[in-house]
Amino acid sequence: MQSGTFHSSYSSDMGLRPYWPMRLRIILVIVIMLVFPWFAGRYWLNLANTIGIAAISAIGLNILVGYTGQISIGQGGFMAVGAYTSGLLAANAGLPMWVSVPIACVVTAVVGALFGMPSVRLKGLYLAIATLAAQEIIIWVLTHGKILGIGESLSLPPETSNLFGLSLAGSTDFNFYWLIMGCLVLTVIFVSNLFRSRAGRAMVAIRDQDIAAQVIGVDLFRYKLLAFATSSFFAGLAGALTAHYRGIISWERFTIETSILVLAMIIIGGLGSVSGAIYGATFMTLLPALLSNVSRAASGVFPSFSSYLPYIQQGAFGLAIVLFLIFEPEGIVKMWRNVKDYFRLWPFSY
Amino acid sequence: MAGDNGVPMPAAQMQIDSVGLSFGGVRALSGISFNVYPGTIQAIIGPNGAGKTSLLNCISGLYKPQQGQIRFEGRNLIGLAPHEIARLGVARSFQNIELFRHMTVVENLMLGRHVHMRGGVISGGLYWGAGKREEIVHREFVEQVIDLLEIQDIRKKTVGSLSYGLQKRVELGRALAMDPRLLLLDEPMAGMNSEEKEDMARFILDISEEQRTTIVLIEHDMGVVMDISDNVAVLEFGQLIAYGTPDEVKAHPDVIAAYLGHQHAAH
Repeated sequence: MQSGTFHSSYSSDMGLRPYWPMRLRIILVIVIMLVFPWFAGRYWLNLANTIGIAAISAIGLNILVGYTGQISIGQGGFMAVGAYTSGLLAANAGLPMWVSVPIACVVTAVVGALFGMPSVRLKGLYLAIATLAAQEIIIWVLTHGKILGIGESLSLPPETSNLFGLSLAGSTDFNFYWLIMGCLVLTVIFVSNLFRSRAGRAMVAIRDQDIAAQVIGVDLFRYKLLAFATSSFFAGLAGALTAHYRGIISWERFTIETSILVLAMIIIGGLGSVSGAIYGATFMTLLPALLSNVSRAASGVFPSFSSYLPYIQQGAFGLAIVLFLIFEPEGIVKMWRNVKDYFRLWPFSY
Repeated sequence: MAGDNGVPMPAAQMQIDSVGLSFGGVRALSGISFNVYPGTIQAIIGPNGAGKTSLLNCISGLYKPQQGQIRFEGRNLIGLAPHEIARLGVARSFQNIELFRHMTVVENLMLGRHVHMRGGVISGGLYWGAGKREEIVHREFVEQVIDLLEIQDIRKKTVGSLSYGLQKRVELGRALAMDPRLLLLDEPMAGMNSEEKEDMARFILDISEEQRTTIVLIEHDMGVVMDISDNVAVLEFGQLIAYGTPDEVKAHPDVIAAYLGHQHAAH
């Protein structure tokens, strides 16, 4: 029960997880994360890694869309900047990933801030179109990027996938699991902290009421650019991790479809919530996997089912978004909150 | 007023000097000039559409007047961005509540501390050492405001879920959390019942007396205005028609005309 908890210092009152059920749940999640890879096969490890990368990207986009209220459909493009920066540094300069990935994040943050400039004047749909332009410009540069020395695809030398000399090659899925989950945990902690402190509050203030935000002293331009930069930083991280994990990258992985997929993740998961972004990333990654498993199981009965699979997957995405918008516009995070509220008063809930 | 009985007039904290504002062909304000003295409660009254809120918007930088100057502690405010004016120590509340609806009361008040804090994205994300200490120090200040306004029981509530009167009080709190030297209040008692009005008047007097904050107040309730303000400026159709103590203003023929019509003024 939440009642009966008395905080005797502001530090504990302002904690991220001030009540013991919250702490218990997070310990449980960490234990599962630690145990999972020892029992999971390559298929499930690959899924977990995909979810982890998608979650980092979705948390990044949520900073911009969910918390700051600036609609962006350029996340795929920003992920591409991260992937290619890290990839080119690895392929051409032979830099190890613990050097190239942080550089890629910073470069993406700068690119994101540049493309965030129109947000000073544009809001809502108009800003969305401006970020769409960012997406297309980035992909155009990559497909016409002879100057950068990019072909159709870019292979990363496996020996650059090392952390301080510790090679991640070999059983790639297992090794990358630890790296990706480590990055995800750090991302979660950083972003949760950000939104309980000054800069994050200023961003939420811009979303809720931008005129009032100005009048209490929030510099709109500065904080919108900071939101773009921070959001892109994590897009860059997700992109760079993708590049090293897959070992080969091509621009096709980062088209507008990716941007919309990440946007769908945060809408389904819950706008303006770190855990929502993770739920959304999990849902949107598991849904097609689940459908292809179902189709494989059903292929004995309906042999033609698997040939329709891509269409069914596309349709399922659309259906999922529509159903969420109708029945739970606040996303999975709200459904989870309802469950918690029910059990908060259990067994006296009614 | 101090000047009347030979005591030297204190230096004005804010000088509004022939301010003119128009939207296209519509003149919202023309040639408004008056001074606001430190530590006083300055009321601005006038019929609807007289330009009271426009004047407040000029002071807080939301509108850019085409003519005149607004000098606050010697600095011209016109041309400064709203957030720069906030940094100089000018806080305000709005006629239609403009709170951050999805945040809690504490978070709204903490936003009032924005100009006094320095933490950025990185120190906030790490929430360690100096960044964390800063948050706690300012939380303590916010708690003082919460005590002053007697809103302890709702500090963790989401602002959007509160009643109208409480939201007005929280908005006052957010402005107070800025620890301002000049507080602009746009109809802080609009739509309140008499009990809520009494509370609000008490808070305004407390702020004025205990913190010596200069207050500029727009209000329609004449009883309240005449009771609590030191000076009153009366606007009509964008012009200043009277300025003085409540008693002087009450007796001013133009004010009576503006409020009651010309026939009454003639008698």
